[in-house]
Amino acid sequence: MMSLDVTPGLGARLLAGDLGALARAATLVENGDPVGRAVVEGIYGRTGGADVVGVTGPPGAGKSTLIDALIDELRQRGRRVAAILIDPSSPISGGAVLGDRIRMSRWDRDPDVFIRSMAARGHPGGLASTTAGLIHLFDAAGFDPIIVETVGVGQGEIEVAHLAATTLLLQVPGLGDGVQAIKAGILEIGDIVAVNKADLPGAEELVGDLSMMVTGNERPAGWSTPILLTNATTGEGVPAVVDTIEAHRRYLDTSETGRLRRESAARSEVFGLLRQELERESPLHLQNKASLWHELIDDVVERKRTPSAVVATLLGRDGATCR
Amino acid sequence: MAESQSNPRTHPIRVLIAKPGLDGHDRGAKVMARALRDAGFEVVYTGLFQTPEMIAAAALQEDVDVVGLSILSGAHMALFPRIIDALRERGVDDVLIVAGGTIPDDDVQPLLDLGVSAVFGPGTSLSEAVRFIRQHAPVRHDVP
Repeated sequence: MMSLDVTPGLGARLLAGDLGALARAATLVENGDPVGRAVVEGIYGRTGGADVVGVTGPPGAGKSTLIDALIDELRQRGRRVAAILIDPSSPISGGAVLGDRIRMSRWDRDPDVFIRSMAARGHPGGLASTTAGLIHLFDAAGFDPIIVETVGVGQGEIEVAHLAATTLLLQVPGLGDGVQAIKAGILEIGDIVAVNKADLPGAEELVGDLSMMVTGNERPAGWSTPILLTNATTGEGVPAVVDTIEAHRRYLDTSETGRLRRESAARSEVFGLLRQELERESPLHLQNKASLWHELIDDVVERKRTPSAVVATLLGRDGATCR
Repeated sequence: MAESQSNPRTHPIRVLIAKPGLDGHDRGAKVMARALRDAGFEVVYTGLFQTPEMIAAAALQEDVDVVGLSILSGAHMALFPRIIDALRERGVDDVLIVAGGTIPDDDVQPLLDLGVSAVFGPGTSLSEAVRFIRQHAPVRHDVP
């Protein structure tokens, strides 16, 4: 409780441009610390203006290298850029090696670029559970856009699309045939698709395959998913990607889709926090009822109760057993 | 683990592993990063050829608890004071600084005097380094 007294100071320093305060607030949010939550609550009213751009795609597609090139282009356009780079945590030790910064170290001396690595800490879906909180902090600190790099994704990690205004999906030639492109999931969430490593054989064909597929996708009116060719290493095609991100932002600002996206982001964040609270709080609530908890789990193992009946009990919906 | 009881933590220790200067060998740094990961730490690896300013900026942005400097070029006596100054200039004054690589015995005491907390020379066991970091990483109960 003591430390809460200092919170206004931390939030005020963050708003005044203190990058150390921003970094420390990010740590507190990431750790689920009540002080971090209080900082976000203090600054939340000043957020919502920054563009949030999700960058996703399979491991090795060149996400980090492309983000480095995007930062270069955005800096030339006078933008202050933050990037949140997410890597997986070890399911065994809980540790992580966060190596995405390696491709971006030329920005370490630029005060208008802030890069933060984040471990997913067991959260599925390609992000960490507290990524939205970090976005709010960077937004309040005056960074715009905020780029979020997901872990290298397979076919189902689509959470970034709920969080970002614009989702940029990276694909590379040589990962599979045309059937991969018609599977549901990842391909449907790209507002913009970039075929990276444009110098590799098969890049042009992949653009053709993808163009055919995305025209069939059900997308909101007024925006058809562009398929762009990029070479992140040389920077080729990168200005066009930034132009397209800006065009998508203008589209969102003037269409019903933009409002729906903001609603979806808010819903997704509230549900995420709710899930986090349930995970954190349930065992605590049960601390003085540890035997009941074991009993319930034993009952599920022995098929005396169903998992959903136990949930009802925990939520107090069966009226009696939990009290 | 006894030390985790005396050092109560609810979140992973964050460590920056940096390669200052011009030596191009990072096998040792990568082995250490991997060992720290397996010990449950979150390791931010910066890659090769980092200047003192780059290391300090990364430590600040990542808000790490520990900065690990890996050096094989022999330039540690020139680079480490500049790194420590760059960290202090940015207000990063509550991190544990450790070093590894080829550092002659004669240089160890001067580095400790500068503010480096431990020097892990060739032959240091990984578990020894892990144990030292776990025991000595700052525990932050308060907000600056």
